[in-house]
Amino acid sequence: MLGNALLLALRELRRNVMRSFLTMLGIIIGVGAVIILVTLGNGATQQVTEQIASLGSNLLMVTPGKRMGPGQSSAAPSFKLADAEAIARETSSLKTVAPVSSRGVTAIYANENWSTSVTGSTEEYFTVGNRHIKKGRMFTASDARLGTAVCVIGETVRAKLFDRQGPIGQHIRLNKLSCEVIGLLESKGQSTMGTDQDDLIIVPLRTFQRRIAGNEDVSMIQVSVKDGYSTERVKQEIGRLLRTRRHLSANEDDNFNVMDMKEIANMLSGTTRMMTGLLGAVAAVSLLVGGIGIMNIMLVSVTERTREIGTRLAIGALEREVLLQFLVEAVVLSSFGGIIGIVFALVASVGLTGIMKVPFVFNMPIVLIAFLFSAAVGVIFGYFPARKAARLDPIEALRYE
Amino acid sequence: MMNTSLIELRGVTKTYGTGTAAMQALRGVDLCIAQGEFVAVMGASGSGKSTCMNILGCLDTPTTGIYHFQGVEVGTLTRNQRALLRRHYLGFVFQGFNLLNRTSALENVELPLIYRHFSPATRHPQARRALAQVGLTGWEHHTPGELSGGQQQRVAIARAIVTQPIVLLADEPTGNLDSARSIEVMELLTSFNRDQGITIVMVTHEPDMAAFAKRVVHFRDGLIEKDHHNHVG
Ligand SMILES: Nc1ncnc2c1ncn2[C@@H]1O[C@H](COP(=O)(O)OP(=O)(O)O)[C@@H](O)[C@H]1O
Ligand SMILES: [Mg+2]
Repeated sequence: MLGNALLLALRELRRNVMRSFLTMLGIIIGVGAVIILVTLGNGATQQVTEQIASLGSNLLMVTPGKRMGPGQSSAAPSFKLADAEAIARETSSLKTVAPVSSRGVTAIYANENWSTSVTGSTEEYFTVGNRHIKKGRMFTASDARLGTAVCVIGETVRAKLFDRQGPIGQHIRLNKLSCEVIGLLESKGQSTMGTDQDDLIIVPLRTFQRRIAGNEDVSMIQVSVKDGYSTERVKQEIGRLLRTRRHLSANEDDNFNVMDMKEIANMLSGTTRMMTGLLGAVAAVSLLVGGIGIMNIMLVSVTERTREIGTRLAIGALEREVLLQFLVEAVVLSSFGGIIGIVFALVASVGLTGIMKVPFVFNMPIVLIAFLFSAAVGVIFGYFPARKAARLDPIEALRYE
Repeated sequence: MMNTSLIELRGVTKTYGTGTAAMQALRGVDLCIAQGEFVAVMGASGSGKSTCMNILGCLDTPTTGIYHFQGVEVGTLTRNQRALLRRHYLGFVFQGFNLLNRTSALENVELPLIYRHFSPATRHPQARRALAQVGLTGWEHHTPGELSGGQQQRVAIARAIVTQPIVLLADEPTGNLDSARSIEVMELLTSFNRDQGITIVMVTHEPDMAAFAKRVVHFRDGLIEKDHHNHVG
C-alpha cells in the first residue's frame, strides 16, 4: 500500500516539476541554513579551542568579577598594581607577571588619525604575550617606574599613521598625551577571533594610569607559570592570596577569576555554542515556514485536483489510500527538499569554511536530524491537506469545475 | 437473491437538503436490471437521471428505499465498503472524460489496476490490451492534452473496462462529442456489452444514441415514466 502511494505520489510530483521545486525551496533553505550554521559554528569552535590550546597551557589570566556563565561576569573591585606585585612576590614557580589595562583611543600623527586601543603594562607584557620588537626598543624598568611618555606600536598602527617614514622617535598623540614612539612590534597577524593583533599601542602602565585612564586600576593580570609546574597549584595559591588581599570572609565567593587557557577555550566555545544554538533556532523557524509553504501548496493542489480526487474515489480508491497518497506527496517533497538542502549546505560549507579559514567539521548527527526534521515537517504539514482530500464527497468532487 | 437481478431498486427516493430547502430528486424509483443488459436512461434535464446513476454507482445512497447490488443492500454499507464495490465490480465513464491531465493514456488506464494492487508486470500488458480494444494502439504515451475529445473518451472507456467490471455506468458519455465521435463511442460500448457481457447503464439525451441500447428507461420528475425494449434488427 505504501509502495502504491509512493508510485502515485511520484507520478504526481513529476507532473508538476516546477511547482514541486518551488514548494521544496522553503525546506531547502531551512535545512541548508541549519547545516551551514552548525558546520561553521563547529569549525570556529574547534579552531578557537585548538589555537588557544596551542598558546600554551602555562598561561593564567586573573580578572576581577564573579564568573556567572559563558562570557559573563559581575562587577567587582578591580585590581591595583600592588596586586600584581604581590602575586609576583608571594607565589612560587612563576615565570612572569604582567598587569594589563587597556581602552580605546584615537591616535593622531600629523594629519593622520586612527582608532585603536592603548594598553598599559610593564615590560613583562612582551614576555607573556610572546611579542618581539622589530625596530627600536621596548620600555625599561625606569620608563615603567617613572611613567614616561613613550610607546611601542603594532604594525597596523604604523601603517595607518606613518606612511613611508620611520616611526621611531616620532611623537603621536593619544587623547591628551603626546608620546614618543620608541619601538615597533613584529607583526603577528590575525588572531583566532579574527581580531588584528597588530592594531595596538603599548605604554608603560604608570603612564596609562596617570595620563590616560586617570585611575590606578589594573583590569587584568597575566601570569605565566614556569614550565613543568602545575598550573592548578599556582591557581590555588593566587586564589588564596587574592582572597586575603580583597578581605573576603570564608562564606563569600571569589570576586575574581583565575583562568587557565583550557578554561578560556571552554568559555569561548561555550559562547560559540550558544550562538550556534541561537542561529539554529532561527533556522528551525525557517524550516517551519517551509512546512507552512508545503501545507499551502498542498491545499492549493487538493483544490485544483478536486475532480481528479473525485475520479480516484469513483474508481474505488479508499479514503486512507487518498490520504496516504497526499501525505506521501508532502513527505517526498519535504524530505527531497531536505536532501537537496543538505547537499547544497555541505557544498556551501566547504566553500565558506575555506573562505573563513576555519576547519570543515562534518557533523553526521546534524545531517540526520535535519533530514528527519524535514520529513517530519512533511508529515505534520501534509496531514491536514491530505485529510481534506480524503474526505471529499466523490459526487461533488466529480462535478467540481 | 430471490431473482436473478444484478441491480434492483425498490421505492428509492433521494432528497437533497432539509426543511423548506428540501428537494426531492427521486420520488420512488423501482428498477431491475439483469446481467448483460444495455440500458439507456433518458429524460429531461433535472428529472433525476444523474441522481439515480450515482446511487446505482454506489457513490451515493438512497434517502429511503432499498438498493440491492448483487443481492447486497448498498444502503447499509460504509463509505469504504462502497469504494471496494466500485473498485471490484463497477466501471465509470463521465461526460467530461475525467482523465488525469499530464499523465499518459497508459498510466490513466493503469490507474484502476494500481488500486487493485496489480504488479507492473501484469498491469502494463492489461492496460495496453484495453487501449487496443478501444483502437488506441500507438497512443499509449500521449497525454490527454495531446488527444482529441473522441480519443480521450476512448481512453476513459479503456480505463473503465480494463478491470473487466460487471457493470459499466456512463452518464452522458457522448455529451461532449460530435455525432461521428459519438457513434464510435456507442459502437465501442455495444461491442463490450455484446462480446464481454458487460452490463451497461448509460444516460443520454439523444434518441440516436439511445437506439444503440436494448432497453430505454424514461425519467420524469424523479419517477420512471416509461420503460421499454428496443426492437433492433
Ligand atoms: N447535490 C445536490 N444538491 C441539491 N440538489 C441537487 C443536487 N444534485 C441534484 N440536485 C437536484 O436534483 C434534481 C435532479 O438532478 P439530476 O439527477 O442531476 O438531474 P439530471 O441528471 O436528470 O439532469 C435537480 O433538480 C437538481 O437540481
Ligand atoms: Mg445529469
